[in-house]
Amino acid sequence: MSTQALFGQLLIGLINGSFYAMLSLGLAVIFGLLNIINFTHGAQYMLGAFVAYFLMSKAGLGYWWALAIVPIVVGVSGVIIERLMISRLYKLDHLYGLLLTFGLALIIEGAFHHEFGSAGLPYSMPEQLAGGFNLGFMYLPVYRAWVIVASLVICLATWFVIERTKLGSYLRAATENPTLVQSFGVNVPRMITLTYGAGVGLAALAGVFAAPIYQVSPQMGSSLIIVVFAVVVIGGMGSILGSIVTGFALGIVEGLTKYFYPEASNTVIFVIMAIVLMIRPQGLFGQR
Amino acid sequence: MRIGHKMKALAAAVVMGLAAGAANAQVSGNVVKIGVLTDMSSLYADVGGPGSVLAAKMAVEDFKAKEKGLTVEVISGDHQNKPDVGSQIANKWYDAEGVDVIVDTPNSGVALAVNQITRDKGKLFLNSGAASSDLTGSKCSPNTIHWTYDTWMLANGTGGAIVRTGGKSWFFLTSDYAFGHALERDTSEVVKKTGGTVVGAVRHPLNTQDFSSFLLQAQASKAQIIGLANAGGDTINSIKQAAEFGIVKGGQSLAGLLVFLSDIHGIGLDKAQGLIITETFYWDLNDQTRAWSKRFAAQSGGKYPTMVQAGVYAGVLHYLKAVAALKSDDGTKVAAKMKEMPTDDPLFGKGTIRADGRKVHPAYLFEVKKPSESKGPYDYYKTRATIPAEQAFRPLSEGNCPLVK
Repeated sequence: MSTQALFGQLLIGLINGSFYAMLSLGLAVIFGLLNIINFTHGAQYMLGAFVAYFLMSKAGLGYWWALAIVPIVVGVSGVIIERLMISRLYKLDHLYGLLLTFGLALIIEGAFHHEFGSAGLPYSMPEQLAGGFNLGFMYLPVYRAWVIVASLVICLATWFVIERTKLGSYLRAATENPTLVQSFGVNVPRMITLTYGAGVGLAALAGVFAAPIYQVSPQMGSSLIIVVFAVVVIGGMGSILGSIVTGFALGIVEGLTKYFYPEASNTVIFVIMAIVLMIRPQGLFGQR
Repeated sequence: MRIGHKMKALAAAVVMGLAAGAANAQVSGNVVKIGVLTDMSSLYADVGGPGSVLAAKMAVEDFKAKEKGLTVEVISGDHQNKPDVGSQIANKWYDAEGVDVIVDTPNSGVALAVNQITRDKGKLFLNSGAASSDLTGSKCSPNTIHWTYDTWMLANGTGGAIVRTGGKSWFFLTSDYAFGHALERDTSEVVKKTGGTVVGAVRHPLNTQDFSSFLLQAQASKAQIIGLANAGGDTINSIKQAAEFGIVKGGQSLAGLLVFLSDIHGIGLDKAQGLIITETFYWDLNDQTRAWSKRFAAQSGGKYPTMVQAGVYAGVLHYLKAVAALKSDDGTKVAAKMKEMPTDDPLFGKGTIRADGRKVHPAYLFEVKKPSESKGPYDYYKTRATIPAEQAFRPLSEGNCPLVK
């Protein structure tokens, strides 16, 4: 294998890793602050891509509009779900939240499948991001470069908000002891609702990023979500930084596997997950 | 006392059942039961799926089974692209639910399993969706009829046409299971036979989202032609991402070895234009195909039929003709009768079924239209050439089917 090809695969891995990072980040935020294992995440990512498609085909609003509008629209749908259903489960075991969100994912995906079939819908790339750079060792499409940069910025911004700002400190405090934080005059239930909405918005945003390069189809989320869960488990459930770093790192590992032994590229992440669970059950970045 | 009463009633029912059975011993359970075993929810669901169930029902309706004294029932199952799930459904259908024939079954892995089960149980497998040419080759069975297309036909049609127009060196992007392997093998043979070379191949797992690593390897191979030996969602993603990585702009060409109408719909003409593909059915071929396809689309939410769904319709129609002629639904006998009778239906025209189970009809080499040439959704193909029936499929003598002596 030449070093050129190696660089190419590393870069590709980084691109896929940026999707893993963005999705696992949303999951980690939701789990870390709400203690809900959000199985609807894949469906919400799919919703993001579909809403982008609807904006384009029904309202004539292109990609850039979609980047701004879609996270809000899908995020609001998340807020409604949290208020109507998930909020009733906080006092119960994790398992109930998992079952509820899993059921919701199946319903949403089933409904879209019924309506739009499996072949998916076309979504074209914005003209400003078409084309590519010839890096010598590989051809890098402008769009992929954009995805890496954008997702890095989003991931770091989210990390910063949660770990380094006052709002973030409220959020973290509220997970530790909601009653105490509430007694300081902070509206904890609303904060939790908005956090869920924000996590869902992140998934939807990843969906918009995915629309021009992957198939916009009802099962696009379900094929990704399992990998993303593995990323979260490896990184440490609820660890924000852990999910970002692990997302990118596993993207690279997967990229290399696709080169050296492509048949295993679907399983390599789960092999790593099994090893991590045996050696360090709390995950690479998890505490306790 | 009550138990005694129940026993009597039960005994009476059994006797009545036996009597009814004796009156019409030829058609099992008095019902011809068609099981559509397909992918209802994943990457091949638009190729076959609910559309195949609809096509089977349309065939039953058009055959006017009731008037001919036949009760026909259509049921469906989702094999989830897993051979074990498909086998389990097939066994249950045959053993417990009185299914007489299994139709469709996209996914060659599942189809090969059903092929064997059907043979063991003396039923009938009417395959339209799966592509592996092994179904009428080394794995051929007296109980299997392969209707619409196969990997040899695709390789010969698309592969042959591309090599003849100068695409000499090939690299394959292959779906890593029975179908992809068969398609790669059959296409490689055509390429080599016509003077081309195969410089490499990479195998990707079924249902892959991201093809960039594989495309990069294809790009590095410097082959003139990148042959996509995959199908459904995998093909859509490969073509979409190949456009992104500038593969076509860089001078390499894509050969979609198995592309369905529904795939073109999902890719969009701007990315799919110019693709050369081989199919045996297209809705816009003649008045009959147009009339049938419009009826189909009206019942499927506006989706036009793929060749797989058309094959389900035509296959079921021919099957019912054979059942009516024989007055029996015994799988082995019906299969023999279907081979004996010439086929004739509005979608594939006149044709025959060979001893190895291969249904023979013409194939068409299509080119995907430019966006400017298309009049609207599903107006996607223009015909480049018609491959006559006798050239479209692998010659009987070359398949190594043990049924052919």
